[in-house]
Amino acid sequence: MGPESDRPDLPREPLEPEGPRVGVDEWVASADRLQDRPTGVAGALRRAGEVVTPPIQLAIFAGLAATVPFWLGTGDLFTYGIFVLLYVLLGLGLNTIVGFAGLLDLGYVAFFGFGAYFYAILSSDHYGIHWPAIVTVPLVVATTASLGLLLGIPSRRLLGDYLAIVTLFFGQAFVVFVNATNPVVAGKGLTGGPNGIADIDPLSFFGLEASTRTQQYYVLLVSAVLILTGLHFLSQSRTGRALRSLREDPLAAGAIGIPVNRLKLLAFAIGAGIAGFTGCIFGTLLTAVTAGNFDIPILITIYAVVILGGFGSLSGVVLGALVITVSFQFLAPENPQNNARVLFYTLIVLVIVLLVRSWWRVALVLATTVALGAAVQAAVAAVAPSWTGGRVVEGGRLGDLIGGWVVIPQGHPDFGNVAYVALVVAVLALTQIRPSRRIFALPAVAYLAAIVWETSFVLQPAVARWILFGALLVVLMNVRPQGLLGTPRVEIV
Amino acid sequence: MSAEGAPLLELRRVTKSFGGLRSVDDLNLEVREGEIVSLIGPNGAGKTTVFNLVTGIYAPDEGEIRLEGRDITGLPPHRIAQLGIARTFQTLRLFLNMTVKENVMAAAYGHTKAGVVRSVLRTPGMRREEREIERLAEERLAFFGDRLVGYRWRQPAYSLSYANRRRLEIARATAVNPKLLLLDEPAAGMNPVETHEITELIGRLREEGGYTILVIEHDMHVVEGISDRVVALDHGEKIAEGAFDLVATDQRVVEAYLGTSGAERK
Repeated sequence: MGPESDRPDLPREPLEPEGPRVGVDEWVASADRLQDRPTGVAGALRRAGEVVTPPIQLAIFAGLAATVPFWLGTGDLFTYGIFVLLYVLLGLGLNTIVGFAGLLDLGYVAFFGFGAYFYAILSSDHYGIHWPAIVTVPLVVATTASLGLLLGIPSRRLLGDYLAIVTLFFGQAFVVFVNATNPVVAGKGLTGGPNGIADIDPLSFFGLEASTRTQQYYVLLVSAVLILTGLHFLSQSRTGRALRSLREDPLAAGAIGIPVNRLKLLAFAIGAGIAGFTGCIFGTLLTAVTAGNFDIPILITIYAVVILGGFGSLSGVVLGALVITVSFQFLAPENPQNNARVLFYTLIVLVIVLLVRSWWRVALVLATTVALGAAVQAAVAAVAPSWTGGRVVEGGRLGDLIGGWVVIPQGHPDFGNVAYVALVVAVLALTQIRPSRRIFALPAVAYLAAIVWETSFVLQPAVARWILFGALLVVLMNVRPQGLLGTPRVEIV
Repeated sequence: MSAEGAPLLELRRVTKSFGGLRSVDDLNLEVREGEIVSLIGPNGAGKTTVFNLVTGIYAPDEGEIRLEGRDITGLPPHRIAQLGIARTFQTLRLFLNMTVKENVMAAAYGHTKAGVVRSVLRTPGMRREEREIERLAEERLAFFGDRLVGYRWRQPAYSLSYANRRRLEIARATAVNPKLLLLDEPAAGMNPVETHEITELIGRLREEGGYTILVIEHDMHVVEGISDRVVALDHGEKIAEGAFDLVATDQRVVEAYLGTSGAERK
């Protein structure tokens, strides 16, 4: 304490820096926080995610979803609203098996099919049995859950790929069984073979029948909200923690007293039960079930829902189901081709943005692409007019613009296929060249993609739908590998 | 049971082979209640295999393992954990993508009860139990001072430093409420200060937690600092047993670590 301590305007001690001392644990943590502060749209979204807790998310979802029948026509309510909710339910069941417990179950769709068929047998003219839904639905759910247990028993020692193979076999065996084997029970084919089972009774509880689309929609919505709530509570319980820990490290989970095999079976049973329940509703929606409804494409779509949403995330399943169903229906062949066209060109721009990642360069690439197209079009028109004589299919104003830019030949039917092969080669080549040089090749590839779209894909909307759908998923998963609402997982540190 | 009564853990003539290799060979081992026993030996001596046998990850080919006189040979790992043996791993095996607190809370599974139905309905009893689990986890994490408390509770385990991961694994093991703690190289990869801390910590685990401890350790300062008794293994066989000074100067132990010259062997 020198003479300075007498002077009142000076602090006695040297100035301490704000916050914790450099190097201590708290400082390390605060430094982390300083670095990990995303700005802009991403940051705003993340902060919103912290404020909007799961109960609020559920309330928002339920509130918005409840209004849907008021502004969507009956047809759209079926193709969009009802199917979104169906995939939400299916995704929730799969998420319990794959997301919570980490078991790769490729036979999941068979539980869905089993539920639908079992309900159909118990409530249709097929055998003339018309049990009330209050009996049938719990019975079907319990039986499907037991089936899940049964499949789980031989699978409980199998991990990863092996489990996937066994369950995939089970799923395929189910399809073959209902489609071809069709064993005769009580003088009648049990599953109706390729014809399936028709005239399934609508769901009815205590005399209230869910026969209109709106009623069915609300039955689904209430089920989805209840199951979401139940699964959220489950994941917050000791069982949820045990399931997560067994996904992280089964050996360590066993060493701290968690019965690993029993929990795997439990996850299988819960997932199967939810799928069986969804099957019941599905049967009443279509009033008929056939084997084709429960084949690989549905399985892939359910997986896409869960992967896109993010494994283990309940809100992710809802968002995933929404994105996948809506985008898939949006691309349906019966919709105007311009839907798909708009999405296609948006995708190309998105891919360019992702590959280039700098706004002025993106602008440069886009401008070059437009200029390149115009130049090529003009050159071809001057040299060989017949090669630009084609017209844009289902154009509209956008089509007119594109027609003056893309080379669409007339009377050269193989051109589209050749261009398609060239595009595949070009994309492969693009991945092989050095990233810094990629930007120079991008305009040409983008223009080639446009040619392929206008000369080939537009003519086969059913195929283009799948390709576009796949491309959309690839792009989305590149942007967020952990899924839209998933948390990034760290495997090795 | 008194300290001089039946041992807490007893291995009788336990043998385990992998292919032709006898990883543990005719091993007898006793750990009495309240003891801290160190298991030492060169790499590949079979120390971790002993842990894996005791915790049920492997079943022994021959021999039997008893906990408080009860035969636990061949029981599945979770049953053995529930009966009172918890362990840590040499290569850390945390649930990296779960939070620090969840890692510890998960270990309460064996001695809590709320089933699926009660969890989904969130009954008052289930919520009460959940609060107890949470308090237990906080208490077990507080054992390590302020390193694993406060904001750390909500951070994912992968964000922890190496030393803190080791601490978290010990906290997780204690949340099993075990009688016997098996620590597999708790000081591996620690700096001298942290190693010193671990030595004190193992003593505190016995004094404050009341655990009996069997520990594998390579750092002889740690072994000297904590052990009531030292057991030395080589090629799966017990080559020495007793107080640290005795074992550390034992001819066979020295040879096992340093090797013998060819001339001596002849």
